[in-house]
Order: sequence, then structure tokens, then C-alpha cells
Amino acid sequence: MRAALIFVAPVVAALLAALFLATQPRRADPAALAGVEGDAGRGARVFWAGGCASCHAAPKAEGDARLILSGGRRLVSPFGDFIAPNISSDPDHGIGGWSVADLASALRHGTSPDGAHYYPAFPYTSYAKMTYQDIADLRAFLAGLPASDRPNAPHELGFPFNIRRAVGLWKLLYFDTEWVLQDAPTPKLARGRYLAEALGHCGECHTPRNALGGLDRSRWLAGGPNPAGKGRIPNITPARLDWSEAEIAYYLETGFTPEFDSAGGEMAEVVENLSHLPPEDREALAAYLKAVPPVP
Amino acid sequence: MFTFRTFLLGTAAAAAAAGAVLAASEPDKATAAAIKARQSHMTLYAFNLGALGAMAKGERPYDAGAAQAAADNLAALVSMNQGAYWPAGSDSDSVTGTNALPKIWEDFAGVAEKGKALAQAVAELQEAAGMDLDSLRPAVGAVGKACGACHKAYRKPKE
Repeated sequence: MRAALIFVAPVVAALLAALFLATQPRRADPAALAGVEGDAGRGARVFWAGGCASCHAAPKAEGDARLILSGGRRLVSPFGDFIAPNISSDPDHGIGGWSVADLASALRHGTSPDGAHYYPAFPYTSYAKMTYQDIADLRAFLAGLPASDRPNAPHELGFPFNIRRAVGLWKLLYFDTEWVLQDAPTPKLARGRYLAEALGHCGECHTPRNALGGLDRSRWLAGGPNPAGKGRIPNITPARLDWSEAEIAYYLETGFTPEFDSAGGEMAEVVENLSHLPPEDREALAAYLKAVPPVP
Repeated sequence: MFTFRTFLLGTAAAAAAAGAVLAASEPDKATAAAIKARQSHMTLYAFNLGALGAMAKGERPYDAGAAQAAADNLAALVSMNQGAYWPAGSDSDSVTGTNALPKIWEDFAGVAEKGKALAQAVAELQEAAGMDLDSLRPAVGAVGKACGACHKAYRKPKE
């Protein structure tokens, strides 16, 4: 018995060490950023396509106030409430002091500048596919936005979800950076896929999740119960969304459905963001939605 | 095929429906009439916007006369006094058949402000509609924004 323990203990210790290493927060590769220059003008397009203001603007902010990224919005989930942080240009309370590499680590790996895991309420699971150029452009754009000195509030999560280190384990299980739509043969489809799966993070709401909050990629964009509690998130695969490409693009621009009802709820904010994009981006998104596998 | 599973799901749905009825009751006659009136008003917005939107989307060729007529109708609709459409107790928590959130009655100043924004957007649409397609397109978009602002704040998301 004792001999068996002597044999087993190092194996267990090695496994734990391996698990510890595998769940460590990862950072962006600085070499990938070498020579990448950010442009604030292009960054505006990244910002609106990424929907940053939807969570990071103050609750109920409208118009230009949505550019003050003071945070404070509460995201209700089955795991507890997440409070969106201040990502304004304030050096103390916001992210004014961040380098492009810091932003790249956050967006592509879900890792904070001090080396902690972010919770996936911050959709780095989608942003992981962002190009370094887009991240540098976004950095430049964010730097020019107003500062807010609103202090951050801690998330209100129950045990065991309040153990931040455990997010490393979650990432091992569910942090999948493969494209869902494998084939994007035209530039328009490739752009639509990038806008939908990376920047727009459509799947974060429109794809159902399992009990641990991992996305069910076999039911990509097939909708499901709203994790915030009220109502359902619609299925937007071609199995249910029978609008034409032109109708989808027009909806994303104006919020008008083909029946000329108009978007409400959180989708109204998405439309506000997407209305800032050039028309070809909304057309690319519409083409993408027509190309994803239909899920009844 | 009817299975035990569909039976269970059906029972759960029935129980959920019963719960909803318990929370919000059937509206009385006067309340139901007011709800019908305001929903009809929305239908008239949608119909006229549909004519303009079809042109903006390129589904129908631009027709200055038809565009102007639809925009004038929208302006007439916006100018109507809707006070009686929204009696107290006709919110989605109190009665069935409506998605109008109680917040409408709690935040009258906010509603009025959004109503004013819609009137402004429609006035600009009325100016632009008969000019040409390039003037029409952004003006319809601005009206859409005003519609969405109100729906975002005051309409219950669809179940």
C-alpha cells in the first residue's frame, strides 16, 4: 500500500503541475505586433463592429455618450452578475495606460495586464480571432475617446464561479478559436465570417450554451433561452431566418424587419453599432448568415 | 408522434402559460380597446414605412409621389394625440396581449422625449421623401433609429 502511494504520488503531482501549467493565463506574442501601426480612423470601424459600447458605455447612455466607456452595466447570468469594467482612456480607472500588447492579450487570450484570467462574459472567445492590425487600430481609436474616473465594481458571482483561476480550466474545455463556418470561398463571405464570428460576436448570444457556459457549436446561431432570464434568443440560421440578404442588411442598418416592425431589446443596440459601418460590411454579414448551416 | 416527452413538454408549457395568466390578467373591455388602438396605430406606421423602406432597399423603384404620400401619412400619425391609448393598468405586467412595459408609466418624461425625437425624424423625412432616393434613404434610417430607441427602452422582448 505504502509502496503504491510512493509510486502514485509523483504521478498525481505531475498531473496537477501539468494542469496548473495548462490553465495558466497566456499572453499575446509581442513579435506578432512588431511593425504594426494603429490607425484611429480604421479603429472606429473595429470599435463599432465589435460592439464595445454595448457593454462598456454607461447603462442607458445614448448618442455620443456611448463613447464614454465608463462601464457599470450589469450582465445577468446563471453564474452571477458581471459588472462591465471601465475601459475609457482614464489611466487609473480605465485602460489609458495599456499598450497594444496588453489589449491583444485581453482580446485574443482573455488575460489582463497583471496576468489574471478574464471571465468569458467578456467575449474574448470571439475576439481571439481578431487580427493584430485591427487590435492596434482599436487601441488607437480607444485612446482618443473621453476619460471617465468611475471606479470599477467587482463582479457578483457565487461559489465556485468566483474562483478566477478556475477560468483557466474553462478555457481548456471551451476556448475554441476555430472558425465555425469552415469554408468562406469569396472575400465577401470571409469578411462576413470575420465580422460575425470574431468582431460582432453574434454567437455569444445567438448560440446556446451548456451548463458550464460553453457554446454548443453544433447549434451555431440556433438561439435558445436568454441566459439573462427573460424570453428567448432567436434562431438566425437559414432554417428559421428566411429574410433575403437585402432584408437582413437593411435590418442591420435601420432595425426594420421586413414587416417594418423594428428591433427592440439588446438587438436595438447592436443595430445602433452596425449602422456606423459601411454598407458592404452589413452586406457581408447578411451573406454569412445565409451561408451558415441551417439548424432547425 | 406523441411521446411521453412531448406530453411532459406540453404540460410544462401549459403550466408556464397558467403562470403567465396568474401574473397578468385578461384586460377588461376598455383596456383591450385601448391596446388594440395603439397596436393599430403601430400597424399604420409599419405600413407607411414599408412603402418607403421598399424604395430605400431597392425592392421597388423610387416614386416621389408615393414616397411623399407615405411620409405625409407618418407625419399625420405622429401628430395624433395618443394619450387615451395608454390608460393606467394596460402594461405587460398587469394585462395579457401587450408588450408595453410598466416603465412607460413610470418614466413619462423619457417617453415624451423619445416621442419628440420620432416627430423630429419624421419631419425631416417629410422634407426629404419627395426629393430623391439619396435623400430618402438616410431619412428612413433616422426614423428607424427613433423607433428602436423607444422599443429598446419600453417594449418587452418577444418570448
